[in-house]
Amino acid sequence: MGAPADFVLEERSEDGPVLRFTGDLDIATIGQLNRRLVKLDQSIGLIDMADVGHIDTVGAWIVYRLARDHKCEIVNQSESGTRLVEAVGKSDLGDLEPPQRPDVITRVVSSTGEGVLLAFSSMLSMLSFFGAIVRAVLAQAVNPRRIRWAATVRHFELVGASALGIVGLMSFLIGIVIAQQGAVQLRQFGAEVFTVNLVGRLTIRELGVLMTAIMVAGRSGSAFAAQIGTMKLTEEIDAMRTIGVSPVEALVLPRVVAAVLMMVLLAFYSMMVAMAGGAFLLWIILDLPFATFIQRIQEVVPLHDFYVGMAKAPVFGMIIALAGCYQGMQVRGNAEEVGARTTAAVVQAIFMVIVLDAFFAVFFTEIGWG
Amino acid sequence: MSAARQKECDVAIRISGLTNSFGDQIVHEDLALDVNLGEILGVVGGSGTGKSVLMRSIIGLQVPDTGKIEVLGESILDEEEEDVSIRSRWGVLFQGGALFSTLTVAENVMVPLAEFYPEISPKLRREIALYKIALSGLPAESADKYPSELSGGMKKRAGLARALALDPDVLFLDEPTAGLDPIGASLFDQLTLELQRTLGLTVFLITHDLDTLHEICDRVAVLADGKVIAIGTIPQLLAMDHPWIQEYFNGPRGRAAAQGHDEHARRQESKA
Repeated sequence: MGAPADFVLEERSEDGPVLRFTGDLDIATIGQLNRRLVKLDQSIGLIDMADVGHIDTVGAWIVYRLARDHKCEIVNQSESGTRLVEAVGKSDLGDLEPPQRPDVITRVVSSTGEGVLLAFSSMLSMLSFFGAIVRAVLAQAVNPRRIRWAATVRHFELVGASALGIVGLMSFLIGIVIAQQGAVQLRQFGAEVFTVNLVGRLTIRELGVLMTAIMVAGRSGSAFAAQIGTMKLTEEIDAMRTIGVSPVEALVLPRVVAAVLMMVLLAFYSMMVAMAGGAFLLWIILDLPFATFIQRIQEVVPLHDFYVGMAKAPVFGMIIALAGCYQGMQVRGNAEEVGARTTAAVVQAIFMVIVLDAFFAVFFTEIGWG
Repeated sequence: MSAARQKECDVAIRISGLTNSFGDQIVHEDLALDVNLGEILGVVGGSGTGKSVLMRSIIGLQVPDTGKIEVLGESILDEEEEDVSIRSRWGVLFQGGALFSTLTVAENVMVPLAEFYPEISPKLRREIALYKIALSGLPAESADKYPSELSGGMKKRAGLARALALDPDVLFLDEPTAGLDPIGASLFDQLTLELQRTLGLTVFLITHDLDTLHEICDRVAVLADGKVIAIGTIPQLLAMDHPWIQEYFNGPRGRAAAQGHDEHARRQESKA
């Protein structure tokens, strides 16, 4: 803006060393000046402000700080300068250092310890969250008028119906990939026809439900966490409690019910579409007619494969909804927390789904459904 | 005062022919308003008369359909690069404080400083933030707290400290005393007045608080029917016989606020 800020040191016989500021002392000009002033190691007897143009609080702060550190007087100030220096002087909080972060080793050790404690405490609180859901289910079973039909049906749509497109596309492509890879590998042994076994058993027993669970965790589990978390931040959940509406009944239960039921339907849908994808590819590359494919499927896929697949679906749905709603309810403080909790919900859901899937694989083989 | 500042006329904000609409709903129609340099202008109006939209238009958050808006002689509706310089000359206090929730109060105040004046060293930046926090009437220990650890009144003060970070010439306050207890509100009014006098600010103040209007506003602008229907001191407004203005200032709350103001003034006089 105006004249650049500067200062001159001069020796005056009566006052000793005098520091004379010139130009505009404001926020736009002060950056460089401050650097030079900080380096100044000479004692100053007086600060002369006669040649100062515009001054704002930042300029006033610099002048005040200099006068404070050198315990000297300020002369020839303009009226506004006096006022501002006085105002910032009254607002001097001294050297207030920002709280120091502990060193790296302490931080790593303490965050590891906190992580372990957190893992245990969150396991407990998740269990109690599950308990609260069971209690809400029982309460609604006793008093069916409290069931939130509208919310539940709305979540049927959000979790189930609107996922049909993406789950269908994904399953169809997975069916194609399995059939294509299977056909290429099995051709080496002249056993292409067994690709049908591969497609049928793999999609029905494992991949249909697993891929659907991952998709639902990404689509709906994250949405649950973000919705509930934001409602927590804006005190909507507290408002519900004061009105006497239980957040578990009004928010969590419809989502859990929707996720459990829709996972079953989506998993079935995914199995069918994936097999259609496999059949389509085999028809293209092996000239295998569709009717033959269906017939082979009936012969080679045991019925218990279907049971295994379908038994896993509601459990996975439950886990996804539980992780999403639980993480949402844990949000407190700020917007960053919503993001962190949403991530945690998805990661936790997918991780637990895969762990449980491994457990189920062993379990069902052991009981003779191999 | 520098030459650049002297060139400007004595009007801080000049609005003419402003029209804002959302779909079919017309909020402002051919609105004109001048805010003088160095005054505290109170803006009042019923709910939904577009007080906040007016403020958002001035600070460039809402692009109006038509109209001219000049702040300190610079048009803010021109190219986007150009309004950067003017942005450093106003400070805004949003209704809820709008503090960045992942930063401490001091870091909140340092954000605009770092953004506009990167040449200022981090140490000086923190010093500036600290005295601004003190100027806004916050205790020293609140500087390193996060917004979620502050009370409603302290959040407003922290928001004010951030609005003052760049030593602005114009300060926009959106309902600063809403949600504060009467003591806190009165203290905030005094703080606004004191800062305005010390720093020579022009204040654009949206409020519903009749006490604020009586205590600190130099002039009051009344918004209704998409226009500024009246502007002036409170006695001047009272002399008009517009039904809404009469209802507003002569309703039970309006009379109580006026009485309180008179008594306060008399006590001050007798003390002197």
